[in-house]
This record gives sequence, structure tokens and C-alpha cells, in this order.
Amino acid sequence: MLNKLILANLTHRPVRTLLSVLAIAVEVTMILTLVGVSNGTLDSTKRRAEGVGADIMVRPPGSSVMASLNSAPMSEKYLGLLMQQPHVASVTGTVIESLTFPDSVSGIDFDSFRKMSGGFTYVAGGDPVSDDDMTVDEDYARQHHLQVGSKLKLVAHDWNVSGIYEGGKLARICVKLKTLQEIKGTPGHLTLIYVKLDDPKLADQMAEQLKTTLHDDQVYSMAALEDMYSVSNVGMLRDFIGVVIGVAVIVGFIVVFMAMYTAVLERTREIGILKAVGGGPGLILNILLRETLLLALLGSVLGVILTYGTQWMMKHSVPASLVQETVYSWWPIAGAIAIAGALLGAIVPGYKAVKQDVTEALSYE
Amino acid sequence: MSEPGPPIISPIIQVQGLTKVYHVGDVEVNALRGVDLEIARGEFVAIVGASGSGKSTLFHILGGLTPPTAGKVLIAGIDLAGMTNAQRTNLRKTTVGFVFQKYNLLPTLSAEDNIKIVEYIGGRSTAFTPEFQEVLKLLGILDRMKHKPRALSGGQQQRVAIARGIVNQPAILLADEPTGNLDSQNSAAVLKLMKDLNQRTGQTILMITHDPEAAAYASRSVHIRDGQIV
Repeated sequence: MLNKLILANLTHRPVRTLLSVLAIAVEVTMILTLVGVSNGTLDSTKRRAEGVGADIMVRPPGSSVMASLNSAPMSEKYLGLLMQQPHVASVTGTVIESLTFPDSVSGIDFDSFRKMSGGFTYVAGGDPVSDDDMTVDEDYARQHHLQVGSKLKLVAHDWNVSGIYEGGKLARICVKLKTLQEIKGTPGHLTLIYVKLDDPKLADQMAEQLKTTLHDDQVYSMAALEDMYSVSNVGMLRDFIGVVIGVAVIVGFIVVFMAMYTAVLERTREIGILKAVGGGPGLILNILLRETLLLALLGSVLGVILTYGTQWMMKHSVPASLVQETVYSWWPIAGAIAIAGALLGAIVPGYKAVKQDVTEALSYE
Repeated sequence: MSEPGPPIISPIIQVQGLTKVYHVGDVEVNALRGVDLEIARGEFVAIVGASGSGKSTLFHILGGLTPPTAGKVLIAGIDLAGMTNAQRTNLRKTTVGFVFQKYNLLPTLSAEDNIKIVEYIGGRSTAFTPEFQEVLKLLGILDRMKHKPRALSGGQQQRVAIARGIVNQPAILLADEPTGNLDSQNSAAVLKLMKDLNQRTGQTILMITHDPEAAAYASRSVHIRDGQIV
């Protein structure tokens, strides 16, 4: 019976109900999109790193997983030194120039990269021939409407697209190592070094050994590095998600507060009627909280559906920039956050409804 | 007044020395000044008075909607003086039924659900008994149960309100100007129904009215002026 009344109340004001549900949905979508993009971007980076086929990565001193790599502090002489180490089968170095986040251009030695990873699989064109040639992955080409022969200007240099390759390896934009080193003004220096071993099982052991040899603790087995590509290990992202959740809770609180406060005001007489026929504070509160809960649940479901919409939009409008994953484990979390914010928003209107004087409420016009 | 009601068994409402003082800012308003009243079970009594006579205040106190300032008020043996809010809520749930001038039906629910929600609140089964179906027939609203209040005439809404008021078989049905919003034809129909209800089911009814014509349908009239029974 009570559910019938609640449903009737919600359908009596369809626009207000719809707006409340939509606002809660946006709150849920905001959380799920942020978490999805965080996870997706990290996973995409991880997958591209895996695609190189290396067992060990040497990173610049003081660098972190999420910080854009832009410097090239490591000498190319490291490559020779690393090749002399036991179990090292091949090495390749890259230099990176960051563009607008999350894009960057990687300068690579295509021969040593091919030896390590098998090289790029081209869907059109091939490796750079001239110093002004550039290769891009399919996502980047689609996002920027590029094809073989297209011209574009990046890092104050005019490039010619020589090849478009399947994504999932190393980077989205690659040029010749020497060219980018010269443009950056860091000839003979590298940003990252990838090491392939003759026995991948030795990766952790060799990484420890190389730390001593190179006097640097930024030497990771790829397995260890992949573990670091998770939101919980990236403090900055974790904090950012926390802030967004805080904002989302406040948004949900305000929306539901406004909606329920208006509803209580508008239904003053009805609340009076319910009280007159024997409805106690528990009943009145029960009705309001159930209404709120229903709004929050509907908002959460719609929020999850809208998340697929944002995912589709990112995939089709900025496939090379941000990757959004569906993080199922966050569905109940985002729902619980929305419900908590909504219930908080219903407390004051609920209190007002409970405290309403029945005779005054009955004479309310 | 006009016709004798059913046999009187025992007093169901006993009021002695009832006073009610309202404070409007610094001004004290004595709405009731020592009201004494006794109504027997099965009576249909009209409390008749002009606007501001204190009849609505008496209605609110007898219905447990507002507490008395002083005096003794017994409804079906339950003393209202000193009752907590929760106790007054329980009184409205179990002992008193209401009919208001403005019908006060929930606009979002059908006529049927307006009645059933009161059954639900009273902790009773929400399925209408055959006896109650007969009452709905008597009230002439059995075929209007699926309609929402806005689809009903004023007279029909008031009859739904009467059905709602008695569905939990309260000891007394309190009606506050039940014909105040109705035309003369509908007023007569509603008053006749209340009278029939009283005579057929023995439902105790206390009706507040300013209209002597309406009061004529009751078995007894009590006049109130300036907060006192006259």
C-alpha cells in the first residue's frame, strides 16, 4: 500500500522526479566515468608497455608512473652497458616528448625495437624512411583524421605520416629516435630503456641486479611495473577520485534536499491528512525515505547506463586520448555513494515533515 | 432532534471543564471556557455554533489533533488529557474517524486507495469485507472506487471521505462542516447518508456545523457560543 502511495507521489510530479533521477544519474556517471577513465588509461598504458615484449624497464631517476615523462637524462651508453650484462638478449631505448596530456611523441630506434617486439603491424604504409616521417596508431589516426601521406605539425616540426599501425605497442606516435633527440636538444640521451632477457623468469632477479649496476632504483621488471599501473598505487589519482566522490555526494545531497524539501512543502496538507488518520512520524519518514531511496536507485541505474554513453563518446570522439573501461566493482560503490548522499539530503525535509503540526497542515492551501 | 436515534447504551464521549487557550503572540485567546459534554454510544450529535464559537477547537481536541489546556476528556474510556503525541496518533488510528469540510483525500491515490491506506495505517487487512462493500453501496460510491479525487464530484469525494472515516470501525466519527463545500442537493444527500449510517450501523457521529438545517439531521443538537455550551 505504502509503495503504491510512493509511486503515485513520484508519478504525480514527473518532471521533478525525472530531474532528480537525472541529477543522481549524473552524479553516478561522474564517479563511474572518472574511475573508468583512470583504470582505462592506466590499463592502456600497461598494455602498450607489455606490447614492447621487454622483461625489464629502466626509467629516469625520480619519475613516477603517472607523471608525464619528458626528460631524457639517461645516456645511450647505458644500452651498451646493459647488453654486456648476463641474460640480456636485446635492449632498445626511447625518448619521449610530451604533448597535451595524455599524448606524447616517442622517438624509437625502429631496428632494435623490431628485434625486441617484432615491430609494428602496419595497416597502411610502414616505418619512417626520412627524418620527417612519423608513424601513428589506428586510434590516433582516426581521432585526427590522418592517413599515409598526411602532414601535421607537432613539437614545432612538420611531419609526414609514413605508416599507420595496429595499436597496443609502446606508443601512439613514433618517430625516429635521432630526429626527436635533436628536436629536444638531447642528442645521445634517452627517456626509457627496455631490456629483453633470454629467460623472462629471471626478470625480478635481474632488475635487482641492474639497480646495483646502474646505481639507480628505477629499474623494474615489467611484472612489477604492471602492478604499479593501478589506481590504488597512484596517489594523485586516488586523491582526485576522492575529491570527485566528495563533490558527487554534495551534488546528490543538494539535489535530493531541494527535491524533497519542495515535495514536503507541496504536500503539507497530504502529510497532515496522513497524520490525521493515524500516521505517525515513522510512517511519514518511511514514505519520504522510501521515495528518496527509489529516486537514488533509479538514478544509479540510469547513471550506469549513461556511463556506457560516455564510454561510447570517448571511444568515437577521442579514441587516442582517453580510454574508459567499465569497472563493474565500482557499480555498487557509486550506487551506495548516491544513496548515501540522497538519504542525507532527505533528513532535513523528513524532520520538517515529521514536526509539522497536523491542524496547521490540514488548513494549508 | 427530529427522530430518535438507536438505543443509548453508555457515554462514549465525556467532557468536563474543558478549556483551551491559544497564544497568538502576546495575546491569550480562550477558545473553550469550561465545556461539559456527554455523548452516548450510537448517538448522532450536532455541535452547532457560529464562526469563532470554539466548535472547531472542540473538534480538534476530541479528535486528538490538538491537546486540551485543562479539563477532562474521555473518548471510549481513554483520557486525552496528558496524552503524548504518540498516544494521540494512536487514538486517531484506532478510536476516531474524521470527515473534513474540504474532504482531504490524497490527490494521488484512487478513492479505493484513499480508504485502504487508512486500513493499512490502522494495521488492518486492506481487503474490503462484504459488510464494508455494503456500506460503499449505501454511500453510492462502489462504482467510483477506481477514480482519483479530481474525477469525482464534491459530493462523491465527501462520501469517499465518510467511507474512509469509518473503515477502521472507529468508536466515533467526527465530521467538521461536512457539507460546507457542497451545494444544497449534495449536502442533503451526504447528511441523509450520515443519518442512515448512524441508524443502520449504530456508528456514533459528532458533527460540527454552523448550519441549523444540517443539524436537523442529527438526533441531538448542542449549541456552542464563545467557547461555552449554551
